[in-house]
Amino acid sequence: MQFIQQLINGLTIGAFYSLVALGYTMVYGVLKLINFSHGDLFMWGAYLGLTGLNVLLALLPQAGAWAILPVVIIVMTTVALVGVLVERVAYRPLRTAGRLAPVISALGVAFILESLARNIYGASWKTYPTGITPTGRIALGGDARVSVMQIVVLAISFLIMGALYLFVQRTRTGTAMRAVSLDHDISRLMGIDVDRIIAIVFVIGPGLGGVAGMIVALYYGSFDFTLGWTFGLKAFIAAIMGGIGNIPGAMLGGMILGIIETLGAGYISPQWKDVIAYVILIIILIFRPTGLLGERMAEKL
Amino acid sequence: MENLLTRLRQVNPLRWQLGLIALAVLLPLPLGNYYRSVLWRTGLYIMLGLSLNIIVGYAGLFQLGHAAFYALGAYTAALLNLYLDVPLLLTLPASIIVAALFGYLITRPILHLQGDYLCIVTIAFGEVVRLVLVNNLFGITGGANGLSGIDRPALFGLDWRQPIYHYYLMLIFLVITIFIVQRLEHSRLGRAWMYVREDEVAAEAMGVDTTRVKLLAFVLGSGWAGLVGALYAGKITVISPDMSKFMESVIMFCIVVLGGTGSIPGIFVGTLGMITLPELFRPLKAWRDAWLGFAMVTMMILRPEGLWPSRRVRLEMRGAKEVSLPTPAMDD
Repeated sequence: MQFIQQLINGLTIGAFYSLVALGYTMVYGVLKLINFSHGDLFMWGAYLGLTGLNVLLALLPQAGAWAILPVVIIVMTTVALVGVLVERVAYRPLRTAGRLAPVISALGVAFILESLARNIYGASWKTYPTGITPTGRIALGGDARVSVMQIVVLAISFLIMGALYLFVQRTRTGTAMRAVSLDHDISRLMGIDVDRIIAIVFVIGPGLGGVAGMIVALYYGSFDFTLGWTFGLKAFIAAIMGGIGNIPGAMLGGMILGIIETLGAGYISPQWKDVIAYVILIIILIFRPTGLLGERMAEKL
Repeated sequence: MENLLTRLRQVNPLRWQLGLIALAVLLPLPLGNYYRSVLWRTGLYIMLGLSLNIIVGYAGLFQLGHAAFYALGAYTAALLNLYLDVPLLLTLPASIIVAALFGYLITRPILHLQGDYLCIVTIAFGEVVRLVLVNNLFGITGGANGLSGIDRPALFGLDWRQPIYHYYLMLIFLVITIFIVQRLEHSRLGRAWMYVREDEVAAEAMGVDTTRVKLLAFVLGSGWAGLVGALYAGKITVISPDMSKFMESVIMFCIVVLGGTGSIPGIFVGTLGMITLPELFRPLKAWRDAWLGFAMVTMMILRPEGLWPSRRVRLEMRGAKEVSLPTPAMDD
C-alpha cells in the first residue's frame, strides 16, 4: 500500500509542476523563448499570497478558509499584470533579435524579481498562516491515506488544466494562439493581432504560475526566495519532458516528474531523487528527442 | 570616432597585442591584494567565457551547464592532489582530460537534440554533477562541504599565498587560451563551427560532419573549463559542489552573450560586466542582483548583438548597412 500512498503524493507534487510548466510551455509555444523569469513570477505568487492572507486575516480574523478565495484572485491578477509588463518591456523589443538575446533578457528579469523578493521579504523562510487550509485525511484501505488538502489541490489543478485545454482547443482566441505558435507572419496575414495574443499568453501563463505559487506555499506551509529557481527549474524540466510548446505535454510531464520524484525518494533514497529525475529526463530525451508528446520538428530546408 | 576605429584597425595587431599583455603584467603592481584577487577572478572567468564561447559562440549550441566541467576539473585536481599527492600543476592535464572526457560522454548521445532540448540536458547534467558531489558518491568528494587543504602550486619557491603569483600564472594561461582560441576561430574547424551555427542542414550538405564538429566544440570547451577549475582550486584551496550551481553556468552564459557571441574582446567586456563590476560593488550587495538584471535587460534591448560583437554577428543582426571597414568607394 506504500506504493499507492507514494503515487498520491507524487500526483499532488506533479500537479504543481504541471501548473508551472504550463506557463513555460505556453510562452515557448508563441515566442520560442525559454522564459526563465517564470519561476520567479511563480515565487512572487507565493509571497503576494502571504501578504494578502495576512492583511485579510488581520482585517477579518474570522474569515478562515474563505480568505483564500479573494486573495487568490488578487494574486492571479497582480502576477498576470507583472507578466504582461515583463513581456512588454523585456521581451517585445527583442522579438527579432535572434535566440540568445531574449534568453539573457529573461535571466535579467529573473535576477530582478528574485532580488526584489529577497530585499522586500528578507532571506528567511516564510510561513503561511496556519489553520486556514482544510485538514483531515481519508483512508483508502490499507495504510494509504489521502488528505483533504491533496484532494482539493488535485481537483483545482485538474479543473484549471481542463479549462485551459478547452480554451486553447475550442475558442477563437485559443485557435489564434495555436496559429501564432506556428507562424507569426502568416497569423498576421490571417488577421490575428499577434501582439494581443502574446499578451494574453502572458496573462494566462504567469496568472496560473501565481496561483500555483500560492497553492504550493499553502500546501507546504513555508518557503523562501529560492523557491523560484528550484521549483521553476523542475517545472521547466517537466515541460521539456512532455514536449515543450505542447499543453497536454506539460501536464503529462509534470505528473510523471512528480511521480518519479516521490517514488525515487520513497524506494531508493530521498537524497538521490533529483538525480533520478534528471537522469530519466536525459534518457527520455535520448529516445524521444522532442519530449513525450512533442511533435517531430521538421528540419528547416 | 568611426575614423579613429578604422585607423586603429590598421595598426599592426602584434603591436597592440604586446601592448595589452604589457598592460596586463603591470596592472596589478600598484594594487592591493584584494584588487589583485579581483583581477585574478576576472581572468579566470574570461577563460571560462572563452571556453564556453567555443560551444555557444562559434558552434551556436545552447550550453547552460558549463559550470559542471569547471567543477569536474577542480575536483579532479583536488582529488589527485589530496589522495595521491600529485603536485597541483601536474594535475592540470588530468583535469583537462577528465572534463573533456565527460564533455564527450554526456554530449555524445544527445547531440541530435535541437536547441532548447540540448539546453535542458546540459542544465540537468550540471545539476546531476552538483548533486552527486553533494551526496558524496564513493565517499571521496567531501559532500556538501567539499574538499579543503588542496596544495597551492609550487613553482620557483615563491610564496604562493600571494595572489599576485596566481594572477601571473592565470595570465600565462589566459594568453595561451586566447592564442589557441584565435587560431581555432580561423581554422578549418572554426569555419565549420560557424557554418553549423548559421545553417546546420546546409553545412551537412556541403560535407561538414556536423556531429563530429559539434562534439569537438563540446570536448574542447569542456576540457578548457576543467583546466580553469584546477587553477581555481590551486588558489582558493577549498572547493565545494556549489561550483556546479546553475547560477554559475548562467553567469558564464551571460558573459558570452552579453559581450557578444563569438567575439574574443566581447568576452572581456562581458566578464567586466558580470564579474568585475558586481565584485567591486559588493558593498551594495542587497540590490546588486537587481541592478545586474536591470543592466542585462537594458543591454539586450539596446544592443541585442552584445557590447562588442564579432563583425559577422553584427552584420547578421543589423544588416549590411553598418560596414565599418574601409571599403573602396562603391558606385552610388
